[in-house]
Amino acid sequence: MRELVVVSGKGGTGKTSLTAAFASLASNNLLCDADVDAADLHLLLKPEVRRTVDFMGGGKAIINADLCSRCGLCRELCRFEAISEDFQVAEIGCEGCGVCVDLCPEKAIDFPVQKCGQWFVSDTRVGPMVHARLGIAEENSGKLVSCIRQEAKRLAEEKGLELIITDGPPGIGCPVIAAIGGATALALIVEPTVSGMHDMSRLADLATHFKVPCLFCVNKFDLNLEMTEKMEEEARRRKMTVVGRVPFDPLFTRAMIVEQTVIEYQQDSHIATAVREVWDAILSSQAMNSFGIRSFK
Amino acid sequence: MIISVASGKGGTGKTTVSTNMAISLGDACTLLDCDVEEPNAHLFLHPHINRSETVTTFIPEVDQERCTFCRKCAEICRYRAIAVVGQKVLVFENLCHSCEGCLVVCPDGAIREGKRELGVVEWGEGSGVEMIQGRLRVGEAMSPPLIKKVRSYADLDRTVIIDAPPGTSCPVIAAMRGTDFVLLVTEPTPFGLHDLQLAVGAVRLLGIPCGLVINRSDMGDGQVWEYARQEKIPILMEIPFDRRIAEVYSKGLAIVEAMPEWRQKFTELFQQIQMEIVAEKLRRESL
Repeated sequence: MRELVVVSGKGGTGKTSLTAAFASLASNNLLCDADVDAADLHLLLKPEVRRTVDFMGGGKAIINADLCSRCGLCRELCRFEAISEDFQVAEIGCEGCGVCVDLCPEKAIDFPVQKCGQWFVSDTRVGPMVHARLGIAEENSGKLVSCIRQEAKRLAEEKGLELIITDGPPGIGCPVIAAIGGATALALIVEPTVSGMHDMSRLADLATHFKVPCLFCVNKFDLNLEMTEKMEEEARRRKMTVVGRVPFDPLFTRAMIVEQTVIEYQQDSHIATAVREVWDAILSSQAMNSFGIRSFK
Repeated sequence: MIISVASGKGGTGKTTVSTNMAISLGDACTLLDCDVEEPNAHLFLHPHINRSETVTTFIPEVDQERCTFCRKCAEICRYRAIAVVGQKVLVFENLCHSCEGCLVVCPDGAIREGKRELGVVEWGEGSGVEMIQGRLRVGEAMSPPLIKKVRSYADLDRTVIIDAPPGTSCPVIAAMRGTDFVLLVTEPTPFGLHDLQLAVGAVRLLGIPCGLVINRSDMGDGQVWEYARQEKIPILMEIPFDRRIAEVYSKGLAIVEAMPEWRQKFTELFQQIQMEIVAEKLRRESL
């Protein structure tokens, strides 16, 4: 089984639109939306939810005023300045370390486990999908990403599916680290701008750190051809495989509005052709085929 | 006054709006780049960096000689960042949240204060704007402590504009919390609207007044206007899609510098925000 994780560093480069388009070209595959912070894939694919599971994060401290002697030790110990002068714990500030809970001399602090979100196993018209919703302002996004990737792998094995396509989060922090570790390859979807260039370099450094090979694709390439060429050169210098270019086209937005992938919207458009070429290049890349050791159908 | 610029969805134009507004205000403001995973504001302000500081966080360092393997450190650690295996204590420093619980409970004085690098904070000036930015170390998972550090250096007597990271979880909260106004930048597409709704949820949770900038306002559908009307969120600016703007942006130029007619619009945007803040204050006082 292979897992392709679609990432970008910078947000808004077209990760989700392309992930969905890839899914409508692939067969025998499963989808995983690992952008749990602002998941959008379900807006295009209208999943029919088969199973819902609560995602439990860590505990949060709650001070029981009846037992509290107001000694102030918890405020002294808290490294996150989450406890106010009148001994209230700010829910948003509490990191869930439990130090105050363990060391309170009056045992006055409860530590109930928090529901941080939910994850789902669904069916879509392009295959099964595992996705999630992190509660607003919640922590533990990395933990939720690991959780749904694990479930995606389990489910793919159970159903005998060959490929997982994962829509990754933006950035290079906690959820991204959780999304890329152990992946077969990353598809880096970038835009030809100075920001795109800057962000791809940082993401590429992260991919090197975790030893995951990268496939490289410039989206909206015609918005700055010179920058596109510069970025592809940088990608080659970093030993990534350049898998093609996709032009800028409002068709992406039009397809999104009618809840279709660009392939479904107009399967013989020049965009659909470009995306198909990129997808074929991804499937036949060395990275997706164990560098020649095993071939992927 | 602190204005944070946020979005939910990435790539909607947060950095474009925050840098152009900052340049329009000039030396009257400080720009904080709190998108520490992918800081981009410097690409448009071209600052000369004149100071830099490495930010570290606590991790335990174990003195194996003093340790009596009592396991108290492992018991208090909710993150499983410290484990006792036979006659050895292992520290998984990437899992550590720096709560210092292990340091406090160790009865043998075997835990010392160690350090893990989170990233750097840099100070600079460019396009007439003073800026402070955070840059997360590649491989570091935890951005909120670095974001808080960047914010701690802001001179609150000045107007502060914060370029926030995308999303709605802890990094964004660290960037928006305690600010006077959140300027939400969106695009009128289904993805833009969906993520905007999440961002508004986070802003409301924090109880901060907000307003909207609709970028690429002619590429999408009308739903975001309808949503703004229902939720009574003022629309403070609309930026239509313009290939020239996209090209200017792609080269790392500020719109207000390459297309001066925009300077007035960004100055007005700031004035509108000021009025919104005053109006909100009056509303709250009258309650």
